Amino acid sequence: MTPAHAVLCAIATTVVPEATRLDATQWDEVERIIARAIAARAPGLRRSLALYLALLEWLPLLRYGRRFSKLDAERRTRWLARLQDAPVLLVRRGFWGVRTLILMGYYGRLDAAAAIGYRAAARGWEARR
Amino acid sequence: MVIGSGAGGGTVAQELAPLVRDGVRVLVLEKGPRFADDDFTGRELEMADALYQDGGAFLTRDGTMTLAFASAYGGSTVVYTGTSLTAPARVIHAWDVPGIDHADLQARSAKYTEQNNVHLLDETLINDNNRLFVVGGRNAGYYVEQFPVNVKGCRGSSLCNLGCPNQAKQGTNRVQLPRAERAGVEVVTRAEVQRITSDRTLDVRVSERSPGAKGAPSEWAPGDYRVQAHIVVVAGGAIGTTSLLLRSALPAPRSLGHGFTCHPALILVAEHPGPITNDVGHPKSYFVDHAESERFVLETCMYFPFVTAKSLTGFGATHSEIMRAFPRLQMILLLACDHATPDNRIAVDRAGRPVVHYRVTPQTVDGLVRGTRAAARIFFAAGARRVHAPADPPLIEASDAGRLDERITARHFRPGSLAVSAAH
Repeated sequence: MTPAHAVLCAIATTVVPEATRLDATQWDEVERIIARAIAARAPGLRRSLALYLALLEWLPLLRYGRRFSKLDAERRTRWLARLQDAPVLLVRRGFWGVRTLILMGYYGRLDAAAAIGYRAAARGWEARR
Repeated sequence: MVIGSGAGGGTVAQELAPLVRDGVRVLVLEKGPRFADDDFTGRELEMADALYQDGGAFLTRDGTMTLAFASAYGGSTVVYTGTSLTAPARVIHAWDVPGIDHADLQARSAKYTEQNNVHLLDETLINDNNRLFVVGGRNAGYYVEQFPVNVKGCRGSSLCNLGCPNQAKQGTNRVQLPRAERAGVEVVTRAEVQRITSDRTLDVRVSERSPGAKGAPSEWAPGDYRVQAHIVVVAGGAIGTTSLLLRSALPAPRSLGHGFTCHPALILVAEHPGPITNDVGHPKSYFVDHAESERFVLETCMYFPFVTAKSLTGFGATHSEIMRAFPRLQMILLLACDHATPDNRIAVDRAGRPVVHYRVTPQTVDGLVRGTRAAARIFFAAGARRVHAPADPPLIEASDAGRLDERITARHFRPGSLAVSAAH
């Protein structure tokens, strides 16, 4: 597992606990969706995101003595909650962006949509009768 | 020359079409592609990428809000829900644009109401998500109105915002543009106007269709063009039009781009005890208009898994629990009625790309708070067992329905803490 993959997995499974049940193929799809979304953004935004992810991974070392990806689930949740509620806009906004990417990667997959019972179809009412 | 093919450009193109018979050449330049019927698959990410600028998440300058607007033959009429209201008198009066009079506008709108098959949907086509809004709204003491919609042969796919897969929605891509083209108007897609010079020459860039991308290739060969026009109508939407004019260095008032308003919106959800029909049927059939009294409008809505997920506050087990309740979710879209301020404006960066500066004002936050409380009252009055809203914790149980003013307060609406978006 590459360091980048380990961080992504750690965040993803904290944001969406069911992500722990994804197999390798499903993880590939999550990562492909996220990579595609990042690639479509401006270089400046991509750099900011990379920096934010690095800080998200390493800053817990100061508080918990471990990197984010090495923390247990409870501490990961507490750390992300701190970022989400941070008094500084930049920190909150960064978390919001990362969270959005994870949710896109997870819920943007057709099998995840089906798993939560989403059934919209072109045939509309006809498909339900 | 008409720039843009949405509600504005498509309609103007149709109205100018009779001039073609007199030898006038009318050309529509559209930045987005022309989609075939089978391009509309209803798959969330695939369609968002194909139809919307930045996949529907064009970020404002400070990154706290996203704007959704389409780039396609038919513009944003391809992706809206077909709701077709004539602007009320208060809006036209507030615009205060010389030459635009509400009575005149109403008379003109009647023509399009007829042309686009605008009507109230029959009750048999209304799903539970909309029906519960009516029941809850009336129980909670709100005046609920029905949206006239411009659909013909709606099968209830609920996929309006991803482009109707059944060609039922009567946008300019289905009505005005085809008529204009039949009358000899030329429409060139994938054609982005870079700038307009003072002698009405347009620098136009026609893009190539990327391999595997949806949509037809442009009618013109890819490359750069200079086009001379006698008259130019710019109808590229609030952001597209403004950024084009700003990078064109035309004589324009200093106020160009200022006074941007967008009705910042939040998606609110509630969980019912049992399954309801929500992802089938027309998604947006009713609304409550409290724009004047409390600065908000509530509309029924139904979104797709990713959009729903990102719109919920928080993360982790509670968030997942709500997502797993999808078949039991009722949704309401809350729009705050914002007012122009000097800081909220559209500019362009060095490359000429649009940059939207936008911050919610305390008045707008007040509209969001009042609207969220109203939506929660409607949810509970419709029988919801709990409501998910910006609050701490975000799940409000029915037992707390009497404490909504305490649970939902302005401190939960900090920028960067919730998914605020606006559609154009």
